Amino acid sequence: MSAVMITRKVRKWEKLPGKNTFCCDGRVMMARQKGVFYLTLFLITGTCALFFAFECPYLAVHLCPAIPVFAVLLFLFVMAMLLRTSFSDPGVLPRALPEEAANGNVPAGQRPPPRIRNVQINNQIVKLKYCYTCKIFRPPRASHCSICDNCVDRFDHHCPWVGNCVGKRNYRYFYLFTLSLSLLTIYIFTFDIVHVVMRSMNGGFLNTLKETPGTYPLKLSLTVLEVLVCFFTLWSVVGLTGFHTYLISLNQTTNEDIKGSWSGKNRGQNPYSHKNIIKNCCEVLCGPTYPSVLDRRGLLQEDTLISSSNPVPQTTVSAHKHTHALFLIVVSSFRHTDS
Amino acid sequence: MRQQAAITAKVFIQRDYSSGTMCQFQTKFPSELENRIDKQQFEETVRALNNMYAEAEKLGSQSYIEGCLACLTAYTVFLCMETHYEKVLKKIAKYIQEQNDKIYAPRGLLLTDPIERGLRVVEITIFEDRSLTR
Repeated sequence: MSAVMITRKVRKWEKLPGKNTFCCDGRVMMARQKGVFYLTLFLITGTCALFFAFECPYLAVHLCPAIPVFAVLLFLFVMAMLLRTSFSDPGVLPRALPEEAANGNVPAGQRPPPRIRNVQINNQIVKLKYCYTCKIFRPPRASHCSICDNCVDRFDHHCPWVGNCVGKRNYRYFYLFTLSLSLLTIYIFTFDIVHVVMRSMNGGFLNTLKETPGTYPLKLSLTVLEVLVCFFTLWSVVGLTGFHTYLISLNQTTNEDIKGSWSGKNRGQNPYSHKNIIKNCCEVLCGPTYPSVLDRRGLLQEDTLISSSNPVPQTTVSAHKHTHALFLIVVSSFRHTDS
Repeated sequence: MRQQAAITAKVFIQRDYSSGTMCQFQTKFPSELENRIDKQQFEETVRALNNMYAEAEKLGSQSYIEGCLACLTAYTVFLCMETHYEKVLKKIAKYIQEQNDKIYAPRGLLLTDPIERGLRVVEITIFEDRSLTR
């Protein structure tokens, strides 16, 4: 029997289970539904573009030239944090390989092993649940995201606005995004009001209308639009920032807060909290930057065997780690022997 | 060469969560390794790994300075600088390689770096004992 073996090196991200989408050859990792993320981008860039185009020239001249400069810096920081939150790995735990998962499997007829493990953390009993999809006992604070179909370490929540899960690795970027967005919204809102007040003070409404009869109504309506967007964004984003500040000071996740894991006398105390607000904040915001344990850009060798007797190609993948990028398609024919 | 040796079994050293979510592994000696390696040697290896992971995740002045500096530069500083954790992971990889070469390979065992298993387990592959057949 003769067969054709096609060996191809693929990146590990191409073979990762779960419902994530990858871009830039595995450098970018996001959830599948990205519609709301594009809306977030549009709202932020749109409002800022209007601000820079219509308010800033007037304010820079009549008030202070530092105003647009600071706005630009703040806008860049917001975008950097948003993209960092959206594009990075939130702390996904890779699924167990068959040998590791088999540790829990027993032959038919015997009782299945317990699917809950109890561990004691700082004098508190914590239950570790078994994840049937990932075939692992979830570490403490990890949870399975049904939207992305992955177990995420220190799972906070799945945020459609950033198009990704928020977990251990990107929580601080998410928090800084909401914080800086609140500041940016307040900033634009304040200067919009200042702009309208100054314009009406400088000459009164009628005089201003006489000067620029064509453009002033347009500019006024755009300013009003900005004020409206900022007003509604303000309530939600500032509220969210406040909520996350509260969670950080207690070293809790949104998931734990919703489930009520550590609230109430019967449930016990949060074993992860340092009982000190400053220490909790420092750990969450200035703690070590955890590496991604998903080797997205590592290389795998994929062997596709197409034999003449069996037209359906059989693919086997073997793990073979390299550090440099190579994509080869090697076609060789050989005699098919029993292996 | 190793290509001919058959894999007898795989042992998985699980994480030890007693001190929280910090990356630590259990030092309990698995029964499958009883006639392959000293209990002392094994515990020393796991303890060394635990110490290195503790160093990587330590909350001290260095991590705070790194965190604040990174925040001020909108985290762009990590495009040119390696994080402290990544530096320690390289150290761990080197240590595991060294331990495999000096201690575990001569006894027909192979330690897998936990980072390749999502920092969940330390996988020890037990190869068939060639010395018994000679």
